[in-house]
Amino acid sequence: MPDPRETRVLLEHAEDPALRTIAGYKGYGGYATLERSYREMEQDEVLKELEDSGLRGRGGAGFSMGKKASFLPRGEMAKYLCCNADESEPGAFKDRELMQRNPHQLIEGIAIAALAADAGHAFIFIRGEYDAQADILDAAVAEAYEAGYLGTNILSTHRDLELVVHRGAGAYICGEETALLDALEGKRGNPRLKPPFPAVQGLYGGPTLINNVETLSNVPRIVANGAEWFRGFGTEQSPGTKVVSISGGVRRPGNYEVELGIPTRELIYGLAGGPREGREIKAFFPGGSSSPVLTAAEGLDLPYSFEAMAEAGSMLGSGSIIVADDRVSIPHLALRTARFYHHESCGKCTPCREGTNWTVKMLERMVHGEATPMDLDIVSSVQENIIGHCLCVLGDSMAMPVGAMVRKFRDEFEQVMAAAGPPLDDETRLAAVQGPAETLGASI
Amino acid sequence: MSENGNPNLPVDRALTEGRVPDRTSAGVPELHEVDCPAELRERIEQLMSRYPDRRSASIPALWAVQERYGWCTPEGIRQAAAVMRVTPGYLESVASFYDLLHTEAVGSHRIEVCTNISCWMRGGDELLDAFRAAAEGDEDFYVTGFECLGACDIAPMASIDQRYYGPLEAAEAGIAIAQLKADAEVLPAKDQARRPLAGDTPNPGGGAGA
Repeated sequence: MPDPRETRVLLEHAEDPALRTIAGYKGYGGYATLERSYREMEQDEVLKELEDSGLRGRGGAGFSMGKKASFLPRGEMAKYLCCNADESEPGAFKDRELMQRNPHQLIEGIAIAALAADAGHAFIFIRGEYDAQADILDAAVAEAYEAGYLGTNILSTHRDLELVVHRGAGAYICGEETALLDALEGKRGNPRLKPPFPAVQGLYGGPTLINNVETLSNVPRIVANGAEWFRGFGTEQSPGTKVVSISGGVRRPGNYEVELGIPTRELIYGLAGGPREGREIKAFFPGGSSSPVLTAAEGLDLPYSFEAMAEAGSMLGSGSIIVADDRVSIPHLALRTARFYHHESCGKCTPCREGTNWTVKMLERMVHGEATPMDLDIVSSVQENIIGHCLCVLGDSMAMPVGAMVRKFRDEFEQVMAAAGPPLDDETRLAAVQGPAETLGASI
Repeated sequence: MSENGNPNLPVDRALTEGRVPDRTSAGVPELHEVDCPAELRERIEQLMSRYPDRRSASIPALWAVQERYGWCTPEGIRQAAAVMRVTPGYLESVASFYDLLHTEAVGSHRIEVCTNISCWMRGGDELLDAFRAAAEGDEDFYVTGFECLGACDIAPMASIDQRYYGPLEAAEAGIAIAQLKADAEVLPAKDQARRPLAGDTPNPGGGAGA
């Protein structure tokens, strides 16, 4: 039974395993909106409903979904729709659940969004690790073709849509929309220079709409019930419900669907049960590992919305809360975070490739007690010099949280460095920087 | 200067042979040169037909090669390249970019243990050590630490042969390896697919940081 503090819209009936099948989904009224929109609605009507709803992208950037769709040029050229199911942001696991439990809701959303984008070919780019979910999607897509909701001349309306489930093979960067396009075109997943934005020149050079799984899963109900209904949930600037993934130092990690704007404390303490016995919350990532951490004092009493998190200097991102309790050492947390981005950097842009590399090296020196006193300031300046200097935001995604950790928990970094012994004298430090390779090799 | 040369350039350097992209099929192996099994060829051809551009099938084709040979063998890559009409080097460059495609031989059972933030906080490193110890010396097992697998709700967790299990105790690593060896069902109680939406997670302990 769902917790009464949840507001289940996307996850309604999610406990019912029959929901995975087309019969189960239709039993709850599924595909009725696809039928109505394909038979009765024009592109502009669908688009207007989506724009009026104020639905913001649930993948991280929070951009208006309707507006994004309206950027696609009109005309006879081939247009594409890509569903971004590459969920790889540490802390995020909501799309996995949405695909696993209700694949047809996503397929219906894609089909209706394809009307708004006038796209004839759609792809679900799912991360290769989600093999079980990709199998579920494959089966659901086959059912939808069989029922005539996909393919040519859908429901005899002379409208066509091909939908392909495309499995990635393990690269966080493919969640970046232009890297996703390159991967889908069969290349290494490197981000592209923007502009041109994918809405103008995306997959195979054609106009392309790219949306996250949760964003597209919202589409059927918005079109069914109207924009006003959707705006009845959440806040003025963050309408709707949100599936929030909560993990780390809490008693009941998991996905909880709530109205945006709910107090963050209610999410972490109420739904997820708060920290484990005898523990206190030190800090948390409000929107996945890319979001600057908030201390408990800063963040717990904020409403959980795009605008409140932005005002606090962080972001709602993909809506994934990772809680660090008082047992977690922040310098170690920073190192763990930086290692992830270092591993996942595609290597195309120098500030990201080198910045993530050196950040890891410096943080390793700190936690191993081999840092020089100036390393802390160098770490900060490296973060500042990554932000805004690359083709995509992967580097920024390390720089923002690591920068925030150094800023907000500087004393902990200094303690870790001090605990390792007195600061190195100038001569030793110089030898470490300039000396023969074996001096460095022995210590790192 | 050739007739198509740019009159603004002092010499037609831009038109020398070396600057023209190679559009010939040189380097693309012919099908008769590779011994591609019929099923693999049909599978890749079917995959190519799903896309407006055949090259989009490169990752799925490499998955198919890996499924057939256990890893992306040089010969398997040549076979896929011949079917796809691309160079083996092109497919190799794609395969080497992605963590789940192996360009070196690996064990037939693949265990990826998440060591990212949420799993680390709940004992992911210790779990990885336990899997490594339990599988030590057995070439059938490929054990590796992995970045976030998208299952922080069941931290610490592992992906075993592409299925998710968690939250795992370190002691369960040995049980899972034994079950794989015996061809038995792996840790049925910890199968992610059977987990309720959200709920109590037993605290498996494990260290976090200092």
